[in-house]
Amino acid sequence: MNKVINESEDHFFSSKKSISDIKGTFFVGITQLAVILIIAILFVILGIIIYQGRSKFSWEFISSFPTNGMTEGGIFPALIGTFILVIVMSIAAVPFGTITALYLTEYASENSKFAAAVRFSVRTLAVVPSIIFGLFGLGFFIQFLGAGADTAFNGGELRWGQPNILWASLTMSLLTLPVIIVSVEEALKTIPRELREASLALGATKWQTIKNVVLPGSVSGIMTGTILAVSRGAGEVAPILFTGAAYYLATLPGSLSDQFMNLGYHIYIMSTQSSDVEKTMPIQFATTLVLLILTLSLNVVAVLIRSRIRRNAK
Amino acid sequence: MNTQMPIKQTFTEESLKKQFRLSEFLAEKIISSVAFLSIAIIFLIFIFVFKESLPLFSFGSDAKAKTEINATTEAKPETYGAEPTEELKPESYGAEPTEELKPESYGDTPKEDLKPETYGSEPVSQEDLKPEAYGDTPKEDLTVASADETMDAVSENQEGADKTWSTFFTTEWVPVSENPRFGLLALLFGTLKVTIIAMLIAGPLAVLAALYTSCFASKRVKEIIKPIIEMLAAFPSVVIGFFALMVLATFFQDVFGYESRLNAFIGGVAMALAAIPIIYTISEDALAAVPKTYTEASLALGASKWQTAFFVVLPAATPGIFAALLLGVGRVFGETMIALMATGNAALSSLNPFESVRTFAATIGSEMAETVFGDTHYSVLFFIGSLLFIFSFALNAVAEFYVKGKLLKKFQGK
Amino acid sequence: MKDIKIKVNDLSLYYGEKKALNEITMDIPANKVTALIGPSGCGKSTFLRCINRMNDLMPSVSITGKMLVEGVDIYDRNVDVVNIRKKIGMVFQKSNPFPKSIYENVAYGPRINGIKDKTQLDEIVETSLRQAAIWDELKDRLDDSALGLSGGQQQRLCIGRTLAVSPDIILMDEPASALDPISTSKIEELIHQLKEQYTIIIVTHNMQQAARTSDHTAFFYMGELIEMGKTNSIFTKPVQKQTEDYITGRFG
Repeated sequence: MNKVINESEDHFFSSKKSISDIKGTFFVGITQLAVILIIAILFVILGIIIYQGRSKFSWEFISSFPTNGMTEGGIFPALIGTFILVIVMSIAAVPFGTITALYLTEYASENSKFAAAVRFSVRTLAVVPSIIFGLFGLGFFIQFLGAGADTAFNGGELRWGQPNILWASLTMSLLTLPVIIVSVEEALKTIPRELREASLALGATKWQTIKNVVLPGSVSGIMTGTILAVSRGAGEVAPILFTGAAYYLATLPGSLSDQFMNLGYHIYIMSTQSSDVEKTMPIQFATTLVLLILTLSLNVVAVLIRSRIRRNAK
Repeated sequence: MNTQMPIKQTFTEESLKKQFRLSEFLAEKIISSVAFLSIAIIFLIFIFVFKESLPLFSFGSDAKAKTEINATTEAKPETYGAEPTEELKPESYGAEPTEELKPESYGDTPKEDLKPETYGSEPVSQEDLKPEAYGDTPKEDLTVASADETMDAVSENQEGADKTWSTFFTTEWVPVSENPRFGLLALLFGTLKVTIIAMLIAGPLAVLAALYTSCFASKRVKEIIKPIIEMLAAFPSVVIGFFALMVLATFFQDVFGYESRLNAFIGGVAMALAAIPIIYTISEDALAAVPKTYTEASLALGASKWQTAFFVVLPAATPGIFAALLLGVGRVFGETMIALMATGNAALSSLNPFESVRTFAATIGSEMAETVFGDTHYSVLFFIGSLLFIFSFALNAVAEFYVKGKLLKKFQGK
Repeated sequence: MKDIKIKVNDLSLYYGEKKALNEITMDIPANKVTALIGPSGCGKSTFLRCINRMNDLMPSVSITGKMLVEGVDIYDRNVDVVNIRKKIGMVFQKSNPFPKSIYENVAYGPRINGIKDKTQLDEIVETSLRQAAIWDELKDRLDDSALGLSGGQQQRLCIGRTLAVSPDIILMDEPASALDPISTSKIEELIHQLKEQYTIIIVTHNMQQAARTSDHTAFFYMGELIEMGKTNSIFTKPVQKQTEDYITGRFG
């Protein structure tokens, strides 16, 4: 600490006051420029996508199937596929994430090595590239669990040992797990200690306290986590590339063992593998617009709920 | 003793005896085991990704035996083109590459789709070919194998399955071909190139923006810009990739006038957009965590706000910013969709930032769907996946332990 | 002091290495109000929390010595902490009603004890709130949120909530420190009524309050019990010099 201050002392007491002022304006200006640049880029992206996508963006576009070899028509199945994906994903990830967060805040003792390992794992999960989850989904869910189940129960007939919406959703749930854990943990921490003590002093057990006081108080935190996870899951493509997303399906998925279409994947294939990229450009932009509206609005909602939790905690 | 309270005969040993509460016990056990799952997942991810790449490590007798059988049946060069091999075990195909790494030196068993006519007429070296052609049109890769070289190759075949390994350290990525070459160096080079470009853009931008937010912005301005910049994190990478592909690529091509529309530079710019919110958020946290006493001490010494920010706060937050940059690298390194859509996906090894590149993640993303389960190509892709996993795991571990230790040292003098 | 409810023998408490309570030995009489006084940080609250083992919740706390409640050492390995807390209720410094309705707040304790019958619960809620002298104020708004009550009402609700579990001993940690004088006097009055049925131990930094409400007073200083005796005698002719200094306001 002393060293830092001493170093700066030399500098501060130099006589070039006016030069330093100019330098100051310059440096502050640079940082300001960085902020402006980032925000400008953000709005340029938004603006261009809205501008290019608006012509095609309509209720009809959202509610109809692609037609004519995907060069015309809407994105209905991709939208529905995305919805099913995030719903199944949430069903798997929310309880899992909530319970892990409960462990970390309620059960883990401060110096527990195990809890430290859990925390480290959760943070690692958050930084593992999404494509690795895709590989894991393929290697574990499809080749190991799915194919294993087929051999064991279906007499080797291929049903689960191939990409489908269940495996894609589970893969996605692993990816979004840290998002939920972090949100729920934050919410659990805002539950005042006094409330826990009140419950315990009345002779409630730990679990009774959690069930009756802690969990009801963190519902909004669980909701924030879920919304953020859904927003993330709706936009990720890499994990579902080979765990269930389909190029084109004429029907909606009827069961969990079906493949599905997905908004993000749709954008990817339309822009890179479409038979006529130029012609389908408006469709691509409109699809991107739909996906962006979906993820951004979910995020805004989550941020609003979260800031309300923080305000209430104060 | 307790006459005034006839209702409660309470404090007896019996009534206070330790009780076993099943729900309590179950709740604790279930919750801990669910928490354990997240540790297990990390292990499972590594095990199952690595497991699929295991065939690469089987230098065992099995692969050798097959190689030998192939070698004997292929003893006569004339039979090469005509012999359709059902057997798709790639381990048995290639041979040890010779020092020059010239494609023609590989002796190969042709696959079914091989056209024997093209065999002799192909140009000797494909080195100058546009790399895009490599992955897509494997047939062009067939090369003349002169009689003695073939003999060489056949004998080298017997040396085992580790030829895939030796191709790893080349710069040629030709996975789908008569003699597949898995030059990971080319991919590594591509990944590094994109990562460097992205970090050169995202690093300074995000850190400077974080510095402004945490040191110069008023509270109201801060409350506006922080959520907006963090909103960038909500942009799915496929959207950023799409934007780069459709808008950025054309724009920058018009500006710089380079040849290939999709290249490392475009990919880098797009990935910078993905990395900025991560670097920004963590750096901002690190800057905000610098103790107030530092700032106050500096201001009290007559330093101006910007001097304090640049010479006191910024150095004090270095470990945190370093962690932010590391995690930014992790994000870019493993980013798939942007790489797939914006980098051109050709495994070129050129220093020119405006040439196409192919990254590790994009390779997995684009080729996995086309491989056959159990194929060498399949295993190699999983092997790349393991590398990516280990790399991101290590980055996170460094960011976590090294930086935390540094911070403790710095702020608490421990 | 014939009816001894709690017998404390050489009780010491450590936060990690630091000794926060030093070999406390005292007897707390049944059906009386015992006040614990002392300057802040003297360990009186820590001691209070030892009596229903609330300190168990803190990591790195270790306790030696004996705390005998009617002859049972509550720190014995075979003793169930949850049952202890059912019998030794606690009212906290800051009123802490659950963010639920008034009714649910009071019914919380009985419910976790397995009482599900609605009429029985109604009865418990009414008796408890009557005992807490707040029934008349609240009987028409039992379904309103408890957070809408005033501070004094909240604190009396918390006392009623504690009574609903029918404890034997009630611990009060500066129950009136955050309240206005009128609410404070209501609470003090309540304490006076409750001591007929309950053994009450109250921590307070307010010496007048201790003098007004308690039968016995214990003075804590620097983690040690300096002196304990009838409130009257402690306040009029303390034996120890430190007690006298504190009471006459020379420190703390």
